[in-house]
Amino acid sequence: MTMLVPLSARRRRTDRIARATLAAATGLALVPLALILYYLLKKGLGAWSVSFFTEDPSGRFFGSAGGIRSAILGTVEMVALATAVAVPVGIGIALYLVEYGGGSRFAQVVRYFVDVMTGVPSIVFGLFVYITLVLAGTGGGSFAGWKGSIALALLMLPIVTRSAEVVLNLVPNSLREAALALGAPRWRVMARVVLPTALPGLMTGTLLAVARAAGETAPLLFTATVVQGMTLNLNAPMNSLPAQIFKDVGQAQDRLVQRAWGAALTLVLMILVLTTIARLVQRRSRLA
Amino acid sequence: MEAGAVTATGGGRSILERPPLSRLPDRLLRWGLTALAAGVLALIAYFFLRLYNDAHPAFARFGVLDFVFRNNWDVSQEVFHALPLVVGTLITSVIALAIGVPVAVATALYVTELCPPRFRGPLTLMVELLAAVPSVVYGLWGFFFLVPKLRPAEQWFSDNLGFLPFVGGPVAGPSYFIAGLILAIMILPIVSAISREVMATVPAEHREAALALGATRWEMIRMAVLPYSRAGIAGAAMLGLGRAIGETIAVTIVIGNAPTIGHQIFDQGYTLAAVIANEFGEAASVPIHRAALIAAALVLFVLTLVVNLAARYFVRRGERIG
Repeated sequence: MTMLVPLSARRRRTDRIARATLAAATGLALVPLALILYYLLKKGLGAWSVSFFTEDPSGRFFGSAGGIRSAILGTVEMVALATAVAVPVGIGIALYLVEYGGGSRFAQVVRYFVDVMTGVPSIVFGLFVYITLVLAGTGGGSFAGWKGSIALALLMLPIVTRSAEVVLNLVPNSLREAALALGAPRWRVMARVVLPTALPGLMTGTLLAVARAAGETAPLLFTATVVQGMTLNLNAPMNSLPAQIFKDVGQAQDRLVQRAWGAALTLVLMILVLTTIARLVQRRSRLA
Repeated sequence: MEAGAVTATGGGRSILERPPLSRLPDRLLRWGLTALAAGVLALIAYFFLRLYNDAHPAFARFGVLDFVFRNNWDVSQEVFHALPLVVGTLITSVIALAIGVPVAVATALYVTELCPPRFRGPLTLMVELLAAVPSVVYGLWGFFFLVPKLRPAEQWFSDNLGFLPFVGGPVAGPSYFIAGLILAIMILPIVSAISREVMATVPAEHREAALALGATRWEMIRMAVLPYSRAGIAGAAMLGLGRAIGETIAVTIVIGNAPTIGHQIFDQGYTLAAVIANEFGEAASVPIHRAALIAAALVLFVLTLVVNLAARYFVRRGERIG
């Protein structure tokens, strides 16, 4: 038996230092999270009250700054419409890529450009909708909620498509083949076998895209803008939480900044709920 | 009996062949989905052409190269040369990479290689929580917390380490550095997540071989894990860079919005994305200003496109090795 040579002191020291550095860097990465959550809770909860959620922003220079009702409602409306547009189209494209396109030239090109769309900064989408729909006065007005939704949908589309493609690819081919062998036409195979099997994964991707869209400010500034009043009319300018926060930060007034913290806490909680549901759905999925 | 089950029951056709009418839904679906996919291509083509078309007056008046490489963005004189914005975008992104990537890679290494298994999930979750915070909230926090709290430290740094390049002189509140720091925090989750995925593909045999040869944990990381995942980490950093370049609202709030090229990292500046967010309102009535902003968006788009293509190349190469 040969004796094991003990580690030299230098190697041991290097190892210790390197491991401590990695652990310290991990700790450092968590510092901003702790600070942001702490400030959000401290300042945000201070701004919360019942009237904060039941009043619209007042816009008055003195007195009460009002609440954020119109901003919450606007975010929900615009994100809902964007989801209704982006999710069917995104999943449709993913279905094409997985079920028909495969490795064909055309499918490769589509995949490539969906990738390109993923990298486009959200403000460029906002500007695109601004010059094509807002300046052109489509729908008889300039700024409108539905135009904000279109900008958000452009942002969501590649996220939904990419995640749906991954999930649809995970559906075992034996399931498709079994259904086809039983004489089912392709559309029934997709509607009754492929989509239901992939459903939890599709929902996860959708929810993550919704969470991403809910926090976006840049595409909404030029398209839905910031207003005070609450509206259900998607063809009118519409308020939203991120845009409201952005506007309030720009005003150097304590009560508006306080409103911004309250709105920020509300927005982060909404997004956290969405991402948590997405994770739970993912965990229950049979695929992957 | 068996033969009867597969031969035609009428009209001399095999039952394996469907009547034309029942094949219709299949055809419609196929063409519908193909049309959707083609629609995306058309949309992107229109997107690019429309941006180019609307930016054209600015390029025609100032010249493409002069627009990008000359230093004079003066709204009141209606002169638009975007170099200060391009430089601002690059400086903030480089600061973000310099701070964000080492921390993100270290976090990924710690989570995959060193930390006790029961902490792995919670740590991953916490890093990913950073991705759930919206841009505008980072801006809000950066402006009201980072800017005032870091100012003394920045001033000390500036006074005592003035021999370093791009350091020294008075410290502005909002600055390139603050914007870069916020961006570093924002790209941390994605760079860390992709690095983690890449490190997970390092074959266990490589690790075990290194350890069996008597390597310490760190030597194992340096000799087995890092060389194997280098391309993937480079790809992750490029994706982070793409994010940093295009990030708008957080940067707009903390960069100070001065359309000049600062002399040091604690100076105020401007970025391509921030200028679009701030000036589109006043630009609505001045056609050349509007064209200049759209041209800025086009430059931004091309920058992110190049960076993302590079990222794709590296990530693919990393996967191929893996």
